[in-house]
Amino acid sequence: MNLRKAVNRGLITGLAMSFIGGIGMVTAFNGKVLIEPIVTLGYAVLFALPFVVAVVSTKRVVLEGVETEPYGWGDVAMGAVIGLVGGLLTAGYVILIDTIDVTHTFPDMGPPTVLEMTFHKGLPVGLALLAGGSLLAGTLGGAVRLIPERARSALFVGLLWVVGFAFFEPVIEDMFEFARVVTRFIYAPNGGLNGVAAVIIFIVVTGLAYRFQGGESVLRTRLVGVDDRGRSFPTKLALLLIGVGVVVLPMVLGGLVNELLINVSLFMLMGLGLNIVIGMAGLLDLGYVAFFAVGAYTTAVLTAAQSPTWNPELGWWAALGVTMVVAVIAGILVGTPVIRMRGDYLAIVTLGFGEIVRILLLSDWLKPYFGGAQGIRGIPGINFFGLTISGVDPQLFIYFCIFFVAIAVVVSYRLLYSRVGRAWAAMREDEDVAEATGVGTVTAKLLAFVTGAVLASFAGALVSAKVGTVFTNSFDVLVSLIILVVVIVGGMGSIPGVMVGALVLIGVLGGPRSPGLLAELAEYKLLIYGMILIVMMLKRPEGLIPSARRSRELHHEELTQDAWLDKKGQFTTEQAEEVPA
Amino acid sequence: MALLEITGLEKSFGGLHALQGVDFTIDEGEIVSVIGPNGAGKTSFFNVISGLFPPDAGSIIFDGDDLAGHEPNEITTRGIARTFQNVRLFPNMTVLENVMVAQHCRTKAGLFGSVLRTPRQRAEERMIEAKAKDVLSFFGTRLAGYRYDQPAFVLSYANRRRLEIARAMATEPRLLLLDEPTAGMNPRETVELTELIGKLRSERGFTVVLIEHDMKVVRDVSDRVVVLDHGIKLAEGSYDQVSSNDQVIEAYLGRPAERNGGEG
Repeated sequence: MNLRKAVNRGLITGLAMSFIGGIGMVTAFNGKVLIEPIVTLGYAVLFALPFVVAVVSTKRVVLEGVETEPYGWGDVAMGAVIGLVGGLLTAGYVILIDTIDVTHTFPDMGPPTVLEMTFHKGLPVGLALLAGGSLLAGTLGGAVRLIPERARSALFVGLLWVVGFAFFEPVIEDMFEFARVVTRFIYAPNGGLNGVAAVIIFIVVTGLAYRFQGGESVLRTRLVGVDDRGRSFPTKLALLLIGVGVVVLPMVLGGLVNELLINVSLFMLMGLGLNIVIGMAGLLDLGYVAFFAVGAYTTAVLTAAQSPTWNPELGWWAALGVTMVVAVIAGILVGTPVIRMRGDYLAIVTLGFGEIVRILLLSDWLKPYFGGAQGIRGIPGINFFGLTISGVDPQLFIYFCIFFVAIAVVVSYRLLYSRVGRAWAAMREDEDVAEATGVGTVTAKLLAFVTGAVLASFAGALVSAKVGTVFTNSFDVLVSLIILVVVIVGGMGSIPGVMVGALVLIGVLGGPRSPGLLAELAEYKLLIYGMILIVMMLKRPEGLIPSARRSRELHHEELTQDAWLDKKGQFTTEQAEEVPA
Repeated sequence: MALLEITGLEKSFGGLHALQGVDFTIDEGEIVSVIGPNGAGKTSFFNVISGLFPPDAGSIIFDGDDLAGHEPNEITTRGIARTFQNVRLFPNMTVLENVMVAQHCRTKAGLFGSVLRTPRQRAEERMIEAKAKDVLSFFGTRLAGYRYDQPAFVLSYANRRRLEIARAMATEPRLLLLDEPTAGMNPRETVELTELIGKLRSERGFTVVLIEHDMKVVRDVSDRVVVLDHGIKLAEGSYDQVSSNDQVIEAYLGRPAERNGGEG
């Protein structure tokens, strides 16, 4: 065991634990009970730190031909040291904020945090528990690799399911509205998994995972081909199942989850639009929210009775037609001046454009038309066969969202494998050469901007119908950035990736203004977004579900080596081919 | 009438006069080599013709129109395609896609056609793919079969050069500009490519201008050789005429020919 390294990591762990305690994260997260009565989200996060650090620290880099030290008690000891040092440092920190009052500058470093960090048990007992818990978590983390591989991954799957059941409590309760018996057995009355249920879920899932190990890799090889043109029968079946699920689920799910999914689908729509601009055409647009605003405001002006000055009170669908035209014009207006800009310059200028649109809408100058800070109220909703559907009816409204997301998916896929899509790809790779190969980059860039703008304007039209009002503060830079994060985390250029990215980020964490599944995270949402982004950039820069082109780009070396092996796996070099027959 | 007629072409980069009034003509069906020492302005000559840089002065009459100052993609559409000295493919696109992109200027499908998958767009896609495969078949099996779906960056150096030529061919040009097509190839590959350059004319009907350093290739393929040095056309004529030209020998070897002869 490397004591120096262990102490070092332990200190880092302690700092991290103190930090999340000091910003009030533990206190806030403790509002979410995972397993009744002891495990809350705050404590889970707190003690996950020494555990994860211990797991990561005991990992060995396996080099071919070099003997690596086998895992043993040294690793457990290392984990223990990490946990102990981290726990003691945190305990010291708790004593510090208990004795010195700094709440005037750091409001969260006060009695409530001390109370939570000591488990409401007073300083001596609480601190002992804190240090002991950290020691235990660290030791377990260090011991993880002593468990045989198969059992370890089964345990991991079991843990994942328990956490999943705890996280998805609102969804599951919503789904089983009609059969309270089931949920009453699993969940405690005031939130959180029932202790017994948690143990049962863990044992059953772990057992099943242990028994059917390896099955998922077969499934994965079948599903991986989704991005390709030639789809095999299993992927077609999977797509069909997803389609049926998408149609049926909103009926089963309750209002709360549907509300959440509406937000997710709006970001899917915008993510897919931005994916065309950034992922396919390679134009880093940081002012994408402008098109969202254009869509929302155009719909508002055209449909709302209370729209200032001019109120034609069109139906939503008629307004949508006009909105599309306006979005095309907006795309061209933003696209034309930046057509000769590349990379960073383009990003800065589009960032500016995004803000310009918001500030114009907010300005006194355009107040007579767009209502300034008051925005526009009284947007009726989507007219549909005599009905008017708005956000108060999430179970119906979501179908319109799904419809537009489906349009975006089809448009994206068809463009990806078309003349226009190839021109974008070429332009993204090398603009000069693309031009020398006959691609008119001016047209191609404008097409990308316009397509992205139209998809964002759909989202805008939907959101104004859903909420019934539009205000400028729903269209600030943050929205652009969150959409960008969705695209990056999901996988740039990858259509399923962007959708999964939206589902995970917006669904669980929540959008810039809407809460996600874990409403307790709200205050720390941006911090977590940042952390996810950093981890993704370090560990998986190609995104959750990478596109074929992008992962090639990031893994040149490995692929070049693989290419020497031909399809049958035999070793043939190009040099061998060169020998004439 | 000449296919391409260039008169008084000038291009400077700051104080560096890359091209100082170059005249050049090529007839349909000719293969002409441009040679010269390093820094002679050969690649600048290509860059100006293909529109990467606008010329400072002079005219580039291609098939009756002056192309000087036009955008590169317009020039490609008019029928001049090129390859690059330092191979510039689209490395993350597949071999087939690399060639299919080049059909861009010969096809029409736009946003609506692509999104709606109109019958015309589908027919066009099939046509593009067939055309791309046909162009790749020019190199035998080297870029065919399983190679279609490999990303371009896994190709060997020689294959990258071939693919670049294929991409230029797929724009359906009348004039092909090849910038050092055999650079970095081994002797066997060079011989093979020399033959192919001949076939570019005999089988595919292209007119070819190539920049080349390998004198064997120059001798074997060219009808005519143009020598550039310091942005000035030094000599022009058949390979034999040019290779015995005193000025050319001086430019390459850096000393007067007669003194060389006198000492020897």
